[in-house]
Amino acid sequence: MNMRIFIPRDAAAVAVGADEIALAFEQVAAINGLPVEIVRTGSRGLCWLEPMVEVAAPTGRVAYGPVSVEDVASILESMTSNGPHALRLGVADEISWLKRQTRLTFARCGVIDPRSLDDYRAHGGYKGLARALSLDSDAILNEVTASGLRGRGGAGFPTGIKWKTVAQAKADRKFIVCNADEGDSGTFADRMIMEGDPFLVIEGMTIAGITVGATKGYIYIRSEYPHAVEAMNAAIVAARRGGYLGDKIGGSTACFDMEVRVGAGAYVCGEETSLLESLEGRRGIVRAKPPLPAHHGLFGKPTVINNVLSFAAIPFILAEGAKAYADFGMGRSRGTMPIQLAGNIRQGGLFETAFGVTLGELVDDIGGGTFTGRPVRAVQVGGPLGAYFPRALFDTPFDYEAFAARDGLIGHGGIVVFDDSVDMRKQARFAMEFCAIESCGKCTPCRIGSTRGVETIEKIMRGERVAENLALVEDLCNTMKFGSLCALGGFTPYPVLSALKHFREDFVPAPTTLQAAE
Amino acid sequence: MTAVFEPAYEPWDETRGADIIAEHASQEGATLVILHALQEAFGYVPEAAIPMVAQALNLSRAEVHGVFTFYHDFRHKPAGRHVLKLCRAEACQAAGGDALTARAEAKLGVSLGNTTADDRVTLEPIYCLGLCATAPSAMLDGRLVGRLDEKRIDALVAEAQR
Repeated sequence: MNMRIFIPRDAAAVAVGADEIALAFEQVAAINGLPVEIVRTGSRGLCWLEPMVEVAAPTGRVAYGPVSVEDVASILESMTSNGPHALRLGVADEISWLKRQTRLTFARCGVIDPRSLDDYRAHGGYKGLARALSLDSDAILNEVTASGLRGRGGAGFPTGIKWKTVAQAKADRKFIVCNADEGDSGTFADRMIMEGDPFLVIEGMTIAGITVGATKGYIYIRSEYPHAVEAMNAAIVAARRGGYLGDKIGGSTACFDMEVRVGAGAYVCGEETSLLESLEGRRGIVRAKPPLPAHHGLFGKPTVINNVLSFAAIPFILAEGAKAYADFGMGRSRGTMPIQLAGNIRQGGLFETAFGVTLGELVDDIGGGTFTGRPVRAVQVGGPLGAYFPRALFDTPFDYEAFAARDGLIGHGGIVVFDDSVDMRKQARFAMEFCAIESCGKCTPCRIGSTRGVETIEKIMRGERVAENLALVEDLCNTMKFGSLCALGGFTPYPVLSALKHFREDFVPAPTTLQAAE
Repeated sequence: MTAVFEPAYEPWDETRGADIIAEHASQEGATLVILHALQEAFGYVPEAAIPMVAQALNLSRAEVHGVFTFYHDFRHKPAGRHVLKLCRAEACQAAGGDALTARAEAKLGVSLGNTTADDRVTLEPIYCLGLCATAPSAMLDGRLVGRLDEKRIDALVAEAQR
């Protein structure tokens, strides 16, 4: 019998050598006459252990990692003999970092072959769609609403209400648009699920389509994610061939088809109206709301536009029922959140868990602190538009409202850890600079405010009239916050103001004894 | 595996350009799709192609030019033989990316956004490759590299210079 070896094809694993390792396994096995079957999977999300390789065993898949090419021969020996190895991590499902998670959305990611529709179905795939096809639109809407699912892109708008608005709209055509323009630094959950379980996203979008009466979907993927583009395209072809996209999906009378569109390096296109403009072939200039995309979206038609993770949460909700999802979480944040631990962190990766876990648990306990071994000084939560939190706020629970109450946001669930070598003036300046580079230019507070912000912070860095310029930055931030059309200009003040508030000492020069010295 | 992958582009050819445009023009909202396809074939979007796209899509030249210039990805002239993109976003900054970028700039003798005088290497910033838990990261001609350190960045630069 062939020994089945699982090696990720996820971009994060490939970036640290997974392709070379897959090749080495093939070669070493061939030389030794070992019959092996190599299955390329997604990533389990234990990124510090990548490339992580697993072998099928009667006790469950046994993992090894982080593997380098030199280890391959000895690992193969350990796999064959079930013997010890320095990199042997034991049964993958029993690794505590995985075991502590609640994987509803990422249950299959890293387990199955993302190119195989059969594998997807064998692991519970398309159960959600089957149930949805047995319900009418209102019943599906009730499930989605009762699950408490809120937009996972960052805004946290209730998904059920959004879908209902589109379902009720009258139009000759409606669209489903999946926002896969995951541009926030520190986030990679969309990328991982598209690469590791692409049929899940297709299933979620298909359910949305039959619920609201849309027959066409687009998934807009950023160009920085070529592996995700490839995986989604392959999955769409396979789903079509398997009767899960196109006419009469899943043997029903419903029709739904979709295609991938690739972005072109504009961060602002992650904003939903800018994304719609881009899909229509125009500059990614933000639209004023209202009208909402639900009424007047893609090509002027009613459109459901949701983040990848929102669509990816749907199949579980339909398959297992709203309650099974809503039982997790706290307050108005129901279900689970795939949290991404990144930056200077010892155990970085994807950790899906119920809302309510504290920032401190995530960074210190689960993340294990910094990989440089220096103390954690600041963490930025929610991407480049998210606030910097100091250790003093590590008791904040991961919850939309709790973060908002502390002038922050959970955004898309990315956490970037910085050690004590960080200069917060530099980070504040970068936030403004990034906004200046990526501003679509439509509204003045964002377009001009960001450039003035960079200049003013640079004056502070040079020690010019520091107190006055600090006041000016704060004032400018308020103008941007309340005067910008979208979250780019409106939220850039979060990292800036949080840096000023919690790390004031970096901006104000230390009391100088120069005069005394003279 | 150190086989140097070199993207091969065709020289600009009007007939070939027209074929590419015609192939995608019937799609809804085709402008970006066409610009991507042109760049994939020629390595950049030749200025002569802009009015052709405009005509095929019944848009003004200004509109197509506006789209072309809005997006960071599209080039108005060919890049160097190799393109090395270094992630400059926060997660990579937190993991020491700034120093590695400075190192690459010094070794190549160009700053981010520029091409070496011998046209071998274009060095560019990129804002997030989604490899934030294996930072800092880079992309050389479409190949991803994570967990960069001084040794790895030196090897990447050397490979790009070949």
